[in-house]
Amino acid sequence: MKKNLPNKSQNVNRRKFIKNLVLAVTAFSVPAVLTAKEQLKRMQSWILGKDYNPFDHYWGMGIDINKCIGCGRCADACKQENDVPSEPFFFRTWVERYRIFHDGEVRVDSPNGAVDGFKKQNIEKGKVTIRSFFVPKICNHCDNPPCVQVCPVGATFITPDGVVLVDSDYCIGCRYCIQACPYGARYIDPIKKTAEKCTFCYHRVVQGLVPACVEVCPTQARVFGEVKKKASPLVRFMRMNKIGVLKPALNTEPKVYYANLDMEVN
Amino acid sequence: MKLPWKKLPEQIRRLAVVSLFLVVLPFIVRSILVPSDFGKYGHYRASAVDEIIAMEIKYAGHQVCYDCHDEEVESKQAGVHKNVSCEICHGPAAAHSEDDEIELIAPRDRDSCPLCHEYLSSRPTGFPQIVSDSHEPMKACISCHDPHNPKSEKSTECEACHTEIANTKSLSKHVNIACKECHETPDAHKTQPRMFLPGKPVNREFCGRCHAETAPSDKDIPRIEMETHEEAYVCWQCHYPHLPEAE
Ligand code: HEM
Ligand code: HEM
Ligand code: HEM
Ligand code: HEM
Ligand code: SF4
Ligand code: SF4
Repeated sequence: MKKNLPNKSQNVNRRKFIKNLVLAVTAFSVPAVLTAKEQLKRMQSWILGKDYNPFDHYWGMGIDINKCIGCGRCADACKQENDVPSEPFFFRTWVERYRIFHDGEVRVDSPNGAVDGFKKQNIEKGKVTIRSFFVPKICNHCDNPPCVQVCPVGATFITPDGVVLVDSDYCIGCRYCIQACPYGARYIDPIKKTAEKCTFCYHRVVQGLVPACVEVCPTQARVFGEVKKKASPLVRFMRMNKIGVLKPALNTEPKVYYANLDMEVN
Repeated sequence: MKLPWKKLPEQIRRLAVVSLFLVVLPFIVRSILVPSDFGKYGHYRASAVDEIIAMEIKYAGHQVCYDCHDEEVESKQAGVHKNVSCEICHGPAAAHSEDDEIELIAPRDRDSCPLCHEYLSSRPTGFPQIVSDSHEPMKACISCHDPHNPKSEKSTECEACHTEIANTKSLSKHVNIACKECHETPDAHKTQPRMFLPGKPVNREFCGRCHAETAPSDKDIPRIEMETHEEAYVCWQCHYPHLPEAE
């Protein structure tokens, strides 16, 4: 009987235990909180001490297929801005011409990535084109990037502001990321022998400029801006248009948003 | 006074040294191979970002041009090329905006405009396009269209009514000869064309002003000996003046 009565000394022990527990947890977490704060402060002075805080931004691009005239000025400007080798096969952005015929055939071409624009191409007699348009292509800066997952050394990564970058000093040139990218956005630099890709012109963006391809697009087919902030040209673009992304089934969560995307495009 | 270490059997002590070495070795190797700033912000080398953003900027952005080129900017902002960035046509201009000794290009030939304006069936409907083979093929685009403020105004000159002749002449070496050079035209011809007819050349000497052996014209122009070249006829019985190349 006695045992079942409330026991004072036992109660005190429990209270003491809880008190100690709380104290201990607080004591242990103090350094963690402090270093986290320290870390955040360091992050905030990131990037050459400029007033650019990557945690305040989240970048994406919008591309309106109906506005693109296939002039290829984007592909040309990108090569000049980023010292991309001038030979064909090395592109950070390029433009594809889609032609869909009455018999169901779909033809896609991109002569020299459209750096020199497109020329008229005669089609065989009797072939009827039902739709035709240009699709600018670029690294999708995925939220869930397969290329980052496969890198064995941590040479490719996603920044806090949502840009996928390559550390070409650390890259071992194993080509895993090139295999993993479903959009064909990467290439091996013929001189450095390391992986290269679109950086969203990160060196321009941190200075408050838009990417080179967006700067030169004569029809504003390309839009650059914040994905999440209310007052961004990109948010407006996404509100005004029906938006699609490339290969949505792969769950890569691209941050390049297409307006008026045709079902045939992949 | 034996140390606890010494109390352990010999073989355990030896094994312990080896295992300690094996445990510590990876840490030593790691500290040598992994850069000190790896993992500072994530699973990557923090200074890689600094290296990437240290890249040189080549396209200054259109705002920069606006600081100096008031005249071009004003005319461009007034027209349909207002959103066509300067650096599309004049090339990357960051270096030029630091040091105006570095000159930029101005694409005056007929190659650059058709990049955007040549007719292609894939271009969006409504974008202004031409077929350059038949659109004034002998002249530079900028001889009619101001590149900073291009317009496609309908002409109010001779070609407004004489389209067929104007189109024919546009293919010819005679393209740059003004209509009035050969047809003296009273102003009233535009309002009452049949009442006030323009003149036409009447003799061989008219053409001889450029094509005679002794004519003071450009040396690339083909010459004939006026006295012996089919002397019984006037020139336009054989050569069509608006397209003399025609057989
Ligand atoms: C606001 C942006 C621009 C600025 C500040 C600018 C500035 C200039 C300047 C200073 C000249 C030299 C004028 C001269 O030599 O007499 C020039 C000429 C020229 N520009 Fe631009 N330009 C701009 C945009 C463009 C664009 C978008 C195009 C193409 C569509 C273009 C095509 C040309 C051409 C073809 C010439 C030569 C004109 C001639 O010889 O008559 N410019 N521009
Ligand atoms: C000096 C060379 C060029 C000439 C003579 C020229 C001429 C023209 C003309 C006549 C128009 C139509 C004006 C109207 O409809 O009233 C136009 C519009 C336009 N051009 Fe150009 N152009 C040139 C170069 C370019 C280039 C290289 C680009 C692209 C990079 C370009 C992009 C545009 C755009 C976006 C429009 C407005 C279309 C619209 O809003 O409907 N132009 N240009
Ligand atoms: C390759 C060089 C040229 C380009 C790219 C070009 C471009 C254009 C464009 C885009 C238009 C507007 C068509 C539309 O509204 O659908 C146009 C109209 C016009 N252009 Fe040009 N042009 C060039 C050379 C010239 C030259 C050299 C002349 C004068 C001799 C000229 C005279 C005109 C006239 C009078 C119009 C308006 C008539 C019409 O709409 O048919 N163009 N041009
Ligand atoms: C300065 C620009 C022009 C020149 C050099 C020019 C030249 C000529 C010439 C050489 C003739 C043939 C005369 C003949 O058969 O004896 C002619 C006839 C004619 N022109 Fe023009 N012309 C010009 C402007 C115009 C304009 C703007 C119009 C329209 C309002 C026009 C309407 C006519 C008509 C209706 C005829 C009569 C055709 C006939 O009777 O068969 N002309 N012009
Ligand atoms: S954002 Fe910069 S690097 Fe990327 S495609 Fe455009 S110009 Fe090239
Ligand atoms: S610059 Fe703009 S309009 Fe020209 S091809 Fe690129 S996206 Fe299309």
